[in-house]
Amino acid sequence: MNIILILLASAVRQATPLLLAALGGLYSERSGVINIALEGLMLAGAFTAATVTYVSGNPWIGLAAGIAAGVLVALIHGLACIRFKADQVVSGTAINILFLGVPALLSGAFFQSTGATPQLPQGQLMPLAPIVLAFVLVPVTWYVLNRTPFGLRLRAVGENPEAADTAGVNVARVRFAAVMLSGALAAIGGAYLSIGQSSLFARNMSAGRGFIALAALIFGKWRPVQTMLACLLFGFAEALSIQMQGVSQVPVQFIQIVPYALTIVVLAGFIGHSRAPRALGIPYQEKR
Amino acid sequence: MKILRELLFPLAAVVAAFVVGGIVVLAVGDNPFSTYTLLIGSALTWPDGIGYTLFYATPLIFTGLAVAVAFRCGLLNIGAEGQLYAASFMTAWVGITCAGLSAWLLVPLCFLTALLAGGFWGAVPGVLKARFGAHEVITTIMMNFIAVALASYFTQYHYKPVGDPILETVPIGAGGHIARLGRFVPGLPERIPLNLAFPLALLACVIVYLFLWRMRWGYEIRATGANPAAAQYGGIATGRQIVLAMSISGALAGMVAVNEVMGYRYRYYDSFSAGYGFTGIAVALLGRNHPAGVILASLLFGALLRGGLFVDIFTEHVSKDLVMVLQGIIILFVAAEAYFRGRAARRIKGV
Repeated sequence: MNIILILLASAVRQATPLLLAALGGLYSERSGVINIALEGLMLAGAFTAATVTYVSGNPWIGLAAGIAAGVLVALIHGLACIRFKADQVVSGTAINILFLGVPALLSGAFFQSTGATPQLPQGQLMPLAPIVLAFVLVPVTWYVLNRTPFGLRLRAVGENPEAADTAGVNVARVRFAAVMLSGALAAIGGAYLSIGQSSLFARNMSAGRGFIALAALIFGKWRPVQTMLACLLFGFAEALSIQMQGVSQVPVQFIQIVPYALTIVVLAGFIGHSRAPRALGIPYQEKR
Repeated sequence: MKILRELLFPLAAVVAAFVVGGIVVLAVGDNPFSTYTLLIGSALTWPDGIGYTLFYATPLIFTGLAVAVAFRCGLLNIGAEGQLYAASFMTAWVGITCAGLSAWLLVPLCFLTALLAGGFWGAVPGVLKARFGAHEVITTIMMNFIAVALASYFTQYHYKPVGDPILETVPIGAGGHIARLGRFVPGLPERIPLNLAFPLALLACVIVYLFLWRMRWGYEIRATGANPAAAQYGGIATGRQIVLAMSISGALAGMVAVNEVMGYRYRYYDSFSAGYGFTGIAVALLGRNHPAGVILASLLFGALLRGGLFVDIFTEHVSKDLVMVLQGIIILFVAAEAYFRGRAARRIKGV
């Protein structure tokens, strides 16, 4: 009994950064902008939050700075994809490579380290707030998406930008808002890794979570509640692999594969069909 | 004149990236000029600098070609990383299992394994795309993680030397080794791992060029990439072209195994790739998806990888992560190029 509770609690903790990043990805992708930059956004958030918490001694200031960093980096993605009509996957890849480098370079330079920030004291961490926030954001996102004018515009812009434009919606502005929102949320997910789950920023500490979040988003068919369930499933797999390390005969690697294999199966249409927003990945050329 | 125009945008992107990178270097408290002098200078010394630069450029030529071939078919292969891992492990596996064979058998056998394993790992997303419409970007990302995890599992549980603290397999048979170029080039010591995979990479560029621009299959791949609807209407089975392009792309990425397993470490070494598959995207973009451009871009990034090591050691604050920063910025600038190109064209026409 006890072990099951420990496992479930661990699953929720593991699901939290995935859920935050996946919800971020949801806003961006429902507006028509592919966001494979989630990984880089998480790293930017994780690094900034840890650094500013270390300097200021207050994790809330750290979190705020992390969010600001996420929004700024997302702005680069937005500028490239929306303003300069760059290929969204290429821009996302660039940001992932760039922010694998930038935080490691800066923490190495600031702290004379090999790419990590100094350890934070226990009292300067926020282990609980991001978890609560992540799960509260699920119904909030559902409401925003389905019951507010902004949500309606967001979905319109992602499904049929021409029609939205004709109806007077500023496609570029809605997409910018969505991409920046995704930067903020992914950054909170990253901040949870550095100032929630652990107590420092380490090189490449997101370790592919941005991509698992993307997998959860697709597995959850770009809908908030289903995406949460997918994150919980993937978080449970992660928790299981941590608990089983050294105890069980099942190799960790097989459990690690689960989210990725499931996503491929879903994409191939073997379990239900996952349909992307219609205008996903297509830059919109305003009519003059 | 046309070549100059083709070179203009990539060169501008590189220069712009170095300027932005220079500002970053300045911000962390080092001198950008001396940092860049060190970065480039240490890549150009003979024999070590040039030898290692070419050695680092070799896998990038393969992955750059891989991404370029897929690009020509309208596909973005983010999966070169997984394809080169799958190929490298399988090549090592064949080299270990058939360790007793002579070089005349084992070298071609390992070579074919690298081609086939990489090709297979690329073909799967191709089939998923052609048959089920699954987006290749997502499936290749997922296949990357699966390849790394599977190779790591087999290495750890089945092929690791007993008591070895490093996650690597036992060595392949000596018959599977290919020669280092030091054996043929005077003045180049054999300790530098530059090997026959480098001339093979150059040969691959020629073959890809002839295939894409001089053969019917290559034409059909390019037609599919340029306009799938028109290609289909013109009688090209676009689904088959997608599978073909992804298989070739995967096989090219798989050639990294020749450099790594047969020419350098003579075993499978867990997480050996310094992001070669992802740098391949930068290489292909910067090289305008043309084999000649791929060679030039690979040499640049190979030099950066080599010089980065020296920046790591000999500067006060800057680390080799600077190379990744430069890479990211270059891709961003090249990605936004279509926009500037459009504007320049409009300005010339006076619209």
